[in-house]
Amino acid sequence: MELKREALPDPSDFRSRQLLSREMLRGELEGEALEQFVESSVLTTTVDKAVSWARGNSFFPLTFGLACCAIEMMSIVGARLDIARFGFEAFRASPRQADLLILSGRVSIKMAPVIRRIYDQMLEPKFAISMGACCSSMGVFNNYALVPSDKFMPIDVHVPGCPPRPEALAHGILRLREKVQHTEKEGWRERYDAVGTEEILPGTPDTSTPHISVYQPGDTAGA
Amino acid sequence: MPDVTGLELAAQELRDRDPDCLVGTEFARGRAVLLAAPDRAHAVVESLKGAGYSFLASLHGVDYWPEEPRLGVLYELLDMDRIDRITVKTRVATDAATLRSVTDLFPGADFPEREVYDMFGVQFDGHPDLRRILMPEDFEGHPQRRDFPIGGEPVLFTYNEQQNYGQYQ
Amino acid sequence: MSATSDYRRREESITLASEPAGGEGETHELLTLNIGPHHPATHGVLRLIATLEGEVVRAIKPIIGYVHTGIEKTAEDKSYWKVIPVIERMDYLSYYFNAMAFCGAVESLLDLEVPPRAQYLRVIHLELNRIMSHLVWLGTSALDLGAISMFWYCFRERETILDLFEYSSGQRMHTRYFQVGGVMEDIPGGFEAKLRKFLANMPTRADQYADLLEKNEIVLQRLQGTCPLDRETLLSLSVTGPLLRAAGVPWDLRKAAPYSSYDHFSFKIPVGTVGDNYDRYRVRHAELYESVKIIEQALDGLPEGPYITSDRKVALPPRHELATSMEALIHHFKLVTEGFRVPPGEVYYPIEGPRGELGCFVRADGSAKPARVHMRDPSFSNLQATEPMVRDSYIADLIATLAMMDPVLGGIDR
Repeated sequence: MELKREALPDPSDFRSRQLLSREMLRGELEGEALEQFVESSVLTTTVDKAVSWARGNSFFPLTFGLACCAIEMMSIVGARLDIARFGFEAFRASPRQADLLILSGRVSIKMAPVIRRIYDQMLEPKFAISMGACCSSMGVFNNYALVPSDKFMPIDVHVPGCPPRPEALAHGILRLREKVQHTEKEGWRERYDAVGTEEILPGTPDTSTPHISVYQPGDTAGA
Repeated sequence: MPDVTGLELAAQELRDRDPDCLVGTEFARGRAVLLAAPDRAHAVVESLKGAGYSFLASLHGVDYWPEEPRLGVLYELLDMDRIDRITVKTRVATDAATLRSVTDLFPGADFPEREVYDMFGVQFDGHPDLRRILMPEDFEGHPQRRDFPIGGEPVLFTYNEQQNYGQYQ
Repeated sequence: MSATSDYRRREESITLASEPAGGEGETHELLTLNIGPHHPATHGVLRLIATLEGEVVRAIKPIIGYVHTGIEKTAEDKSYWKVIPVIERMDYLSYYFNAMAFCGAVESLLDLEVPPRAQYLRVIHLELNRIMSHLVWLGTSALDLGAISMFWYCFRERETILDLFEYSSGQRMHTRYFQVGGVMEDIPGGFEAKLRKFLANMPTRADQYADLLEKNEIVLQRLQGTCPLDRETLLSLSVTGPLLRAAGVPWDLRKAAPYSSYDHFSFKIPVGTVGDNYDRYRVRHAELYESVKIIEQALDGLPEGPYITSDRKVALPPRHELATSMEALIHHFKLVTEGFRVPPGEVYYPIEGPRGELGCFVRADGSAKPARVHMRDPSFSNLQATEPMVRDSYIADLIATLAMMDPVLGGIDR
C-alpha cells in the first residue's frame, strides 16, 4: 500500500487538531510546532487570573525563624494582628509544602547555603520576603559575618525595620499578594524577564520601568 | 570581690606553692585580677578551684593589640558560697598561642574555649574537640583579632544598583 | 499480635541504660539523625546531630554559629553610646538585659552614679522584659509540646507588655531605652496607670496558664521526671539561671550581688527539687509572679528626681538648654559626633538575665570606642548541658528538654 502524504487542512479544523495531538502523544512534535500546540490548547488568561487570585490569597509561609524578626513574625499569627484574616496563617514546617519564605533575621555566611537550599527545595511558584534591615542590607551589622539575602536568592518584597512591626510585615505580605495577582510590578521577575516562569530567560529587559518597586507616599493599596 | 589585701594574700598563697606561677596582680574598680604565666595558667585555675572558686562564670579572649604579648585569655571564676569573684588573666603571643585546656577542671569550658580558638586562634592543648564553633569550618582567619578587617560591603539601593552585581547583563 | 502491641513490645525491649541494648555478639544499629538548622522545634537555627538507637538518644552534638553576627566585632567599631543598640540585638528576647549589662559595665568603668529614679525605672523595665521573655518561652515551648492554644494566650499578654515598652520608648523591640548613666527619658504620663492595670491582670493570667498546662495529663507525662540533671553536673557545666535553680540551687544574682537597687525589693527565688523538665517549667512560671511583685514595689516606691545622670560629659543635655547655653551646645556636639571617652580598664559586669548570668566584659583603652566587648550569654553555656540531660532518654523528651532549656540562638551565636 502506498502512503500518500498531503498537507494538513486548516489548522483550526477538528481533524487536524486530532492528528496534532496524536503526534504530540507519540513525542514526534518538537520545536516551534510544540510551542504552538501547547499555547493553543491550554486555557490561558482567565484561568491564570483565577489561579493567581487564589494563590495570592492563600500563601503557605514556611516556619523559619532566624533572629529577632522571627519573634515579630510569630506575633503576626497572634490574636492582635491575626494574619488568618487574610489567609496566610497556615505556617508549614517543610519547605516542600510552603510557597512563601519569610527571611526573618540576619543571614550569616554559615546560614546562607542552608537558606539557598531551603529555597531550592520549595516548589514553584515560590516567593520570598526579606524581613528587616539585616537580611535586606545587613542593617547595623555590616561586617564579616553577614551576607545580604539578595546576594544568593531572589527576593520579592523587602520589609524595612529593625525589627519591622507585625503590621509592617502584614503590609509586606499584602504587597506580595498584589504582585502575585498581577496588579503590581513583578520586581525581579520582570527585570529578568521571568514573569510567570521559574527560569531566567534571555531577553531584553525593560529599562523604562523602575527596577525596584519603591513605596510611594500616598499609596494606600494593600494597606 | 576580694579587696586588695585579699588579692595579695591569694597571690602569695599561689606563689608559696609555685614561685613562678604569677607575673603580677591588678586591682581596679573592685575587680581582682591575677596575671598568670601562660604555662602555669592551668595550675593557677586548679588551685583557685580548690580554694573555693569552683564556678567558671566566663572564659573569653582579648586582643591587646598593639601591646605585646597580644592575646589574653581571661577566666572569670566565681565562689558561690562567699559570693566572690576573681579573674585569672594570661597573655600569649600570636605566634605561640598555646594554652592548656581547663576542660578537665570545668567541663563547661568546652564551648568558650572553642570560641576563643575560633575568634582569636589560641590553641588549647587537651581540649576534646577543638574546632571552629561560630564561623564555618572553612573560614580563614580569626575575626576578633584587631588586625582582622571588620568587613562588610556597600549596601545596594536604587541609586547605586546600576553599578553592581544586580545589573542584568 | 496487633501492630500496636507489637510496637509496644519492641519499645519495652529498649533499655534506657547507658549501654546499648543487645547482649554479646548481637549487633545493633545506631542511626545518626540531623535535626536542624531549619527545624521548628529548635527555637531558632540550632543544629543537633543526634545518634539514636531506636527512639533513644545515645549521643547528641549541638552545632551552632548559624546566626553568628559578629556583634562583638561591630561593637569595637562604634562609640560607646552607639554600641547599645547593637548589643541589644544579641539575645533578642532580653534586650533590656543586654543593654543593662553593657551600660552597667561602662558605668563602672566611668565610676558613674546612676540616679535612684533611673535605677527604679530600669528595674521596672527589666522585670517587664523578664515576664515578656518567659511568656515567649512558655508559648513556644507549649507549642512544641503540642499545646497550641497556649501560644495565643501568651502572645496576648506579650503584646500588652510591648505596648508598654512602646509607650515609654517608642519601639516594641530593641528599644534602646537604657543609656549610660540612666534611661533615655522619663516614663510618660499614663504609663503608670497602664502598667498597674497590667500588673493587676498578670497574676490571674499566669494562674490560667497553670490551669491549662498543669492539669493536662499529656503535659505532665512529658515533663515530669524527664531528663533531670543533678546540681554538680550543672555547676561544672557553668549552667545558671532557671535551669540551675530547678535543680535546687538558689543562685540568683539579683539576691546574691544586687545591682540597680534590687536589694530594695522583697521577692523570692523559686527553686525546684528534682531538676527535671517539670521543675524547669515551674521555676520559670513562678518567676512570673515574683517579677510582678518587684514591679509593683518599684512602682510604689518610685523616687522623684532626675532620670539620667547630670554628668554632661556622658549624658546629653536637656533639649531646652541647647538654645540658651553655649556649654550645653558644645557638650551636645561632642557627645553626638565623637561620644564620651572612657578611662582605660577592664570590667566584667554580671546581671541576672531571664536565662541566667548575663555578663558583659568591656575593655576600654581610653578612646571613645571600646577595645573589646564580650557578652557571656547564659544560653551559650546552658546549651552544653543538652548532652548530659538528654542522653539515654527518648527523642520526644529531647524536644521537651530543648523547649524547657529555652536557648535563644541570637544570644548563643552573637
